[in-house]
Amino acid sequence: MAAIRVDGLGRAFGDTIAVDDLSFAVEDGELFGLLGPNGAGKSTLIGMCCTLVRPTAGTAAVSGHDIRTERAAVRDAIGVVFQEPALDEELTGVENLVFHARLYGLSRARRRERVPEVLDLVDLADVSGDTVDTYSGGMKRRLEIARGFLHEPAVLFLDEPTLGLDAGTRRDTWEYIRALNDRGVTVVMTTHYMEEADALCDRVAIMDDGDVVALDSPATLKASLGGDVVALETADGTAALADRVRGVEWVRGVEPTTEGLSVTVDDGTRRVADVVRLADETGVTVSAVDRRTPSLETVFLDLTGREIRAASGGDVGETEVTAGGPGDGRGSASQHGAGRGGER
Amino acid sequence: MSLVPVDPQGVYALWVRDVTRFVRAPSQVVGALLTPLLVLVFLGTGFSGAAIPGIPEGVGYLQYIVPGIVGFTLLFGASFAGLAVLADRDVGFLKEILVAPVSRTSVVLGRVAGGSTTALVQSLLVLLLSVPLGFEVRRPLLAPLALVVLVLLAVTFVGFGIALASQFRDSQGFGILVQFAILPLFFLSGALYPLDQLPAPAQYLGLLNPLTYGVDALRGVLVGNATYPLVVDFGALTVGAVVMVAVGAALFERVEAA
Repeated sequence: MAAIRVDGLGRAFGDTIAVDDLSFAVEDGELFGLLGPNGAGKSTLIGMCCTLVRPTAGTAAVSGHDIRTERAAVRDAIGVVFQEPALDEELTGVENLVFHARLYGLSRARRRERVPEVLDLVDLADVSGDTVDTYSGGMKRRLEIARGFLHEPAVLFLDEPTLGLDAGTRRDTWEYIRALNDRGVTVVMTTHYMEEADALCDRVAIMDDGDVVALDSPATLKASLGGDVVALETADGTAALADRVRGVEWVRGVEPTTEGLSVTVDDGTRRVADVVRLADETGVTVSAVDRRTPSLETVFLDLTGREIRAASGGDVGETEVTAGGPGDGRGSASQHGAGRGGER
Repeated sequence: MSLVPVDPQGVYALWVRDVTRFVRAPSQVVGALLTPLLVLVFLGTGFSGAAIPGIPEGVGYLQYIVPGIVGFTLLFGASFAGLAVLADRDVGFLKEILVAPVSRTSVVLGRVAGGSTTALVQSLLVLLLSVPLGFEVRRPLLAPLALVVLVLLAVTFVGFGIALASQFRDSQGFGILVQFAILPLFFLSGALYPLDQLPAPAQYLGLLNPLTYGVDALRGVLVGNATYPLVVDFGALTVGAVVMVAVGAALFERVEAA
């Protein structure tokens, strides 16, 4: 059974459509990421899945329960960590957890077992008797993550779990999220940090403007860009080398650069040597090699086009003319480059 | 959803939370007693020699207004409880409550329980402090009934505060409105003078005010001079409390977290 099945889900605030007709599924036990810029509709989507925001179109099932008609059952099955802190700072860490346990109907025995257990999991046992207003930002986040997991939900929603945390604390928080997921809970998290989604998530839905523009594992999404780029710095004979590599099976694209040649290959680590060998055969002297792996950052830019468009606008005049539609900037730029390479 | 949408453990959790906060920072709660005590001291002593029409023979003015001031204290419970709801929204804690698998009715009942406990402690403190000022409990055997009146009044006004707060997003607007509501409720309750001294329309408004019956019942129980039969007072108070909690629950049901 899918942990979450979203079916034509939409929410409009007046004329503004925050979430537009979404359909996808999150599998049981997955660590699922919703990646997108601020305002993409991630929080509204999560809000609807948590029954806090009512959909204006479609529906979704969380752990098999409809979010419109079985709100109580959905709430029973989920844990939520909100974007803004939602702790009572005048209570201690333990008191916050006990409050939560009571609201979720845990028996006293179960509570006494679970509260120390989750405090231990996020390394807050030492300070559990202090009021929360004495906690650092990272400690509060950890307490909230522990609380979301306290009643053993089937699905745990984390809305921007590392927002506002420093780099070290963020990495620690990732570990805690991983630890929860390893215990079998399905985790759905939003983030606008690309590297966070890349490092943590099994699958990522890239959201833009209320829409899911891509959904796959980070590796597949990155592979969809065509592969790694091997950038060669060459003295001369670039055109000959370009002709030589263009026919090769594992080469996905060739693009001359001001320094030399940029070759897109299926596997950068293995092909660097091959590219250099081909250059050698063609009699081209390679002075430097750089391998660049695609990131979710480049995937996102490629899919939404915005940044790419801005980049191609700042390029040579010709590029703007050849650039076809929005979001197509990258493709046309390389065509343009390839054409110039052929002229020689 | 179960047939009875009340979750006792959830109600208890909210009550424990309010009591814990109260015990941890009592100054705020005790500070709210200053206004009623000032009113009591100055009106009670200032008008002690005045002949105020409608007040029964043999009942001093202080004796007359103590039940009224105790009721006045409970009015502040409305303001307290409402501000607590809005403070929870400000710090984000409201979401934690709203996303939990407890009915909104349970949430309102929990808040009413917590807010009423605070208000009850405040009103009892005012009552206790009025004794050294000269207040005399004439019917000590009926004193437990006074406790019932205080509970009913506290529930009514805390319910009122929560119902009102559910319609506001920020505490400023709520604060202005609740301050505006407290004084008319106070003046139209017979707390400081008999209602029948007022013009007829004001008297009718006073008859719709739960505080009128609360103050009257307290007088009947503690001093021994009620205007209405105690049965009427208790009936009206019970209706008021039930209606206010129901209205609070109904309005709170529509609260969205965002």
